[in-house]
Order: sequence, then structure tokens, then C-alpha cells
Amino acid sequence: MSAHVETHQVDDDHDSGAPHSTLKGYLTGFVLAAILTALSFWLVMGKVFDSSTTTAIVILAVGVVQIVVHMVYFLHMNGKAEGGWTMLALLFTLVLVVITLSGSLWVMYHLNHNMMPSVHDMRNMP
Amino acid sequence: MTTTAINTASSSPRYYLTEAHHPQNGTLLGFWLYLMSDCLLFAALFAVYGVLGRNYAAGPAGAELFNLPLVAVNTSLLLLSSITYGFAMLEMQHGKLKAVIMWLAVTGLLGAGFIGLELYEFHHLVQEGAGPQRSAFLSAFFALVGTHGLHVSFGIVWLITLMFQLGQRGLVPENKRRLMCLSMFWHFLDVVWIGVFTFVYLMGVLR
Repeated sequence: MSAHVETHQVDDDHDSGAPHSTLKGYLTGFVLAAILTALSFWLVMGKVFDSSTTTAIVILAVGVVQIVVHMVYFLHMNGKAEGGWTMLALLFTLVLVVITLSGSLWVMYHLNHNMMPSVHDMRNMP
Repeated sequence: MTTTAINTASSSPRYYLTEAHHPQNGTLLGFWLYLMSDCLLFAALFAVYGVLGRNYAAGPAGAELFNLPLVAVNTSLLLLSSITYGFAMLEMQHGKLKAVIMWLAVTGLLGAGFIGLELYEFHHLVQEGAGPQRSAFLSAFFALVGTHGLHVSFGIVWLITLMFQLGQRGLVPENKRRLMCLSMFWHFLDVVWIGVFTFVYLMGVLR
């Protein structure tokens, strides 16, 4: 194997252009992600809240926090990488994702609402 | 090669950004843009699931179908594979080739375990008569979760390819760049899975 040859490169691998990750960073991210995942599953499986709407809102919030944790600690997102272009692309994508999701749900909910024949309406039908 | 010039430039505090262009930055930024377009693809599938997720067609609902302990195991497998890939990246920074390949192998096994459990779950659902053709809810479910599973499968193929490339040529700059791209891909899939287990499985069981 060329393993002993590669040891020359220990000090000169700073040419990556990527932010340097650290063990501490990965472990912090992993512990936070594990806690947040466990929290979500516990809230649902343990039926902690009586109202399922409350549970849904809380686990969605926990999920968003966990996505941020993964972005920061695993994907090393920050405003300076690649001169800020990765962050700009991410923000633009987030805008599109929010429009796609909220737009679809909003429009289709109203469509369902207006199209749905209730029992009462059906009785008045000729 | 250009690497020597880059090395001398970056041994002083990172003035290379003022230079015209950095070839590896180009690849990493381009790959990030690909991931963002993939993110839009998943957003569309999430939107489909959000719209159709309650249309059961008098068939089974998520609360009757989903096996949350299985999903919890699956989630931990994927989360563990994220941190083991992180360890591979750390070993790459230290230039330890064998450790990189070892951590990549662990990551691949965890990913394979994830895919195995997902296939088991899909097989079980189809056996129960809850296949993708049963209702709009199940079509959207299989489309979303299946697309994520396909991504992970192709990630594993890529990972095995990379292990062979590393074995042949060691930690050359090209392989480091590939490792960083796959790192982004792998962590990105874990991010998508957060959305899947929260929005599909956990919220599907709620009502």
C-alpha cells in the first residue's frame, strides 16, 4: 500500500479550499442531532402532549433546529465559504422550497375545501 | 502541477481567494449547486406528500402502517453513518489513508443497513396490500421515501467506487475532492431524512 508515502502529505493538505472540520465539531453536532432526534421520537411515541397539533408543531420546530445543526456542524455552512456563494445558493433554495411547500398546501387546501361536496349539499342535488 | 503553487500560497494566511480562480473551489461550489437543485426535487416530493398525504382511498393510514421503532433504528443508522463519514474526513485531513478507507467501509455498512431495513419495510407494506398503487397517500409515500432510498443507494455505489480509487492512488488531490463532494452528498441525505422522519413518519402516526 502507499500508506507510508502518503504521510508526507500530512502538513500540506491545506489546499482543499474547504473549511477544516474538527473532531469537536463533529462530536458536538452528533450529540445535538442525537438528542433532537430522540426528543422528536419520544414526544410522539411517549404521547407527551395531549393535543396532536401541539406535538406536530413542536416536532416540526425540533426538526428545523436539527436541520440547522446538521448544516452547521456536518456541512460546515457559514457565510464565508466560497466567498458567500454557497450561503446565497442555500438561501435562494430555501425561498423556493418555502414557496413550493406553502404554496402547494395553501392552494390545494382551498381547492379541496371548495370542491368537497358535503352531505347537506348532496341532498339538495336534483 | 498547480498544486505546488497553491500550497505555497495557502501556507501564508489564505490570500489565495484574491487570485483569479481556485479549481477545487469550482467543483465544490458546483456540487453544492447540484445539491440545492436536488433539494428542490425533494421539496416537490414533500409538497406532493403534503397535498396527498391524507387521501387514503379507504385504505390504511400512516398510523396503522408505520412501525416507529423500525424508523428509529433506521434514523440512528443514518445519523451514525454521518458521524463515521465525518471521522473519515478527519483522517483525510491527517493523511491517514487506511483509516479513511476503514471509516468509509463503516459508513457504507451503516448505509447498507439503512437500505436493508427500508427494503424490508417496503416489502412488508406491499405484502400487507399497502403498495404504491393502493392510495394517493401510499403513492406519495413510496415516491418520496423511495427517492431518498435511491439517493442513499447511489451514494453507497459512489462510496465503494471511491474506496477502490483511494486504494489505487491514495490521497491525491483528486480523491480528496471526491471525498469532499461525497461528504456533502452524504450529509445532505441525512438532512433530507430529518424531513422525512419528522414530516412523514412522526406526523403520520399522530392522527
